[in-house]
Amino acid sequence: MKTTVFLGTASAAMLVAGLAGAQTLSDVQERGTLNCGVSTGLTGFSAPNASGEWEGFDVAVCRAVAAAVLDDPSAVEFVPTTGKTRFTSLASGEIDLLSRNTTWTFSRDNDLKFEFAGVNYYDGQGFLIPKELGVTSAKDLDGATVCVQTGTTTELNLADFFRKNNISYEPVPIETNGEAQQQYIAGACDAYTTDASGLAATRASFENPSEHVILPEIISKEPLGPLVRHGDSEWGDVVRWTLNALVAAEEYGVTSANVQDMASAPGDNPEVNRLLGTEGELGAMIGLDNDWAVKAISAGGNYGELFARHIGEDTPVGLARGLNAQWTNGGLLYAPPFR
Amino acid sequence: MASISDHDTPKRRGFHPGMLLSDTRYRGLTFQFIALIAIICIASWLGWNLMRNFAAAGLNFSYGFLDNPANYDINQTLIDYTSRSSHLRAAIVGVINTLLVAIAGCILATLIGVSAGVMRLSKNWIVARLMSVYVEAFRNVPVLIWILIIGTVVTLSGGAPRDFLTRGGSVEPDRGLFLGSFAFTNRGLYAPAVEVGPGWPIVLGALVAGIVGFFLWRSHVKRTLFNSGKLLPVWPSWVILIAPVVIAELALGSISFIRPDVAANNFNIQGGTLIGKPFIALWLALSVYTGAFIAENVRAGILSVSTGQTEAAAALGLRPRRIMNLVVLPQALRVIVPPLISQYLNLTKNSSLAIAVGYADITATLGGITLNQTGRAIECVLLLMLFYLVISLTISGVMNIYNASVALKER
Repeated sequence: MKTTVFLGTASAAMLVAGLAGAQTLSDVQERGTLNCGVSTGLTGFSAPNASGEWEGFDVAVCRAVAAAVLDDPSAVEFVPTTGKTRFTSLASGEIDLLSRNTTWTFSRDNDLKFEFAGVNYYDGQGFLIPKELGVTSAKDLDGATVCVQTGTTTELNLADFFRKNNISYEPVPIETNGEAQQQYIAGACDAYTTDASGLAATRASFENPSEHVILPEIISKEPLGPLVRHGDSEWGDVVRWTLNALVAAEEYGVTSANVQDMASAPGDNPEVNRLLGTEGELGAMIGLDNDWAVKAISAGGNYGELFARHIGEDTPVGLARGLNAQWTNGGLLYAPPFR
Repeated sequence: MASISDHDTPKRRGFHPGMLLSDTRYRGLTFQFIALIAIICIASWLGWNLMRNFAAAGLNFSYGFLDNPANYDINQTLIDYTSRSSHLRAAIVGVINTLLVAIAGCILATLIGVSAGVMRLSKNWIVARLMSVYVEAFRNVPVLIWILIIGTVVTLSGGAPRDFLTRGGSVEPDRGLFLGSFAFTNRGLYAPAVEVGPGWPIVLGALVAGIVGFFLWRSHVKRTLFNSGKLLPVWPSWVILIAPVVIAELALGSISFIRPDVAANNFNIQGGTLIGKPFIALWLALSVYTGAFIAENVRAGILSVSTGQTEAAAALGLRPRRIMNLVVLPQALRVIVPPLISQYLNLTKNSSLAIAVGYADITATLGGITLNQTGRAIECVLLLMLFYLVISLTISGVMNIYNASVALKER
């Protein structure tokens, strides 16, 4: 009898666990922490700093969402994931949000049943190669050995690129960026391919970055962005609009320095007022406090501030804004209106 | 117990349901039946739950993806494969790679293990201690660590392929090919490729004939020795083995070697055969790791043979090597083979760590890239489990047949 009761309870518990997941927002609020999947270490995007705290451009998205939802940018449990484990982690509910330079593709959105909340970095795949090899174009890579992270879109683009150009190569599949770096430095591969931003980040961590060049060809479109599970639109909206708030904040000149000031009283620009919750009820519509965007922006600053701090031209990664400039500056960043 | 109760109840009494619990004859069966029902219930509940969660997540269970193009390249393919081949073909490439490293690993591990096991019992103090160090060091460190260590050592010990390159003859290479044909680099070992021309069936036939002749001569020698006590020389067997194939090849010239080409490309040595670094690293790591366990099995097997056997053989005037080969090892095999089977199984299963050095085994292709690119985790993992199960059962089956042939014949 006891066994039956136990089994019944166990099965009921497992059923509940199995079917949960449609209310991530309340789960996160109840738990008090956000479980955020990041990479296992990519300078500038997500890597632990000297004191062991995670920081970077992708990490900042996690912190902004945690700030908007929980009013605490440090209430994040970071879960390092590899290219291979990231989707399983998200699908199984181990993480609430995956912010790990992940490319938005049709099949990931529809076949793997995820929902991309937007694009936080417009990227493209490139090649990193030692300068001494004297290669100036990716089309000269015939016969080269190329290190590639396994389980990524880059692996597929690589195959397509070489097939299209009718040249041969030898792939070396690698699990993490760190291992790839090691293999590349040891000369086990001639070139390393991943997103151009990742290449810049990788090169930044080398002893002599100037001895390596990133080839001019960008062989693919890689819109990178945070993603959540399919079927929980409320949670997807929270992440999407937190990201949009960071982008809009830059467009309207709201920074971490002046956000408290601007949020203290309604200003001249109604769009800013609605964003910062001094006008209208946008927060309630998304199921958060009215000053959710203020908290998100206070966490690390607007999109431009985050970019400059983690991967901008003054950092070791040294990326230019390029496509990731505001639409007003000829880039692709374009937050829908807050109204 | 059972036999006693049989004696107690010589008369067959009528069966009634209460006996299912009260009668020791039926009680065991009853509980086994209940356990079976419980296991079936749990399994079907798990399966039902899986299906339900699949449906809740909007996914379906299908192997249709296996026909789609894989779209990724693999660095070691023993069969034709391009990125346009199907996921199924990528999986088959992985299966072949797994089998290759497993078989090569089992062979090398056995050689290493038997030598180390015998040497650990050597009277030579240094040899015995060295083998103890080998066994303990490799047995007590996880195999993944050894794979990584050996992978790193292989990467660092070889030069870069471009040190060998002449880049179309414009550059004097830093290093030359060993014997003009071999280059050990951090990407693997470049060796000449064998190419067969017309007339190859004749050469192959000569080789087979040589091998058959080799064994025929040896059994002839043995028979003559047993029947007449006359010892014929053994060396002609080697002539029989080698001569036909050499003569056929000299006559037809159908086999040619393609040397690695250092001038064709700016990055890698082209042509020839490349035995890749991932394979070398994985193969060596699995072999030395498993070899350490086999060494202990071999040592235990040898120690199980009574010293009286050795002494008796010595008294007959046999030399130590012959005592080992003719008296001790055949008897020790009965003890060695059963645990050897499980070591072979371990090696095969451990080969799934291949991705640590970038070797494209079945776990890396089907269970890695395919799984990841298609997102069909359950389907891929079930296929993987099935594959390893089939391989393991096959190895056990074959080795059990072998074991039956060396086991003590009881009559």
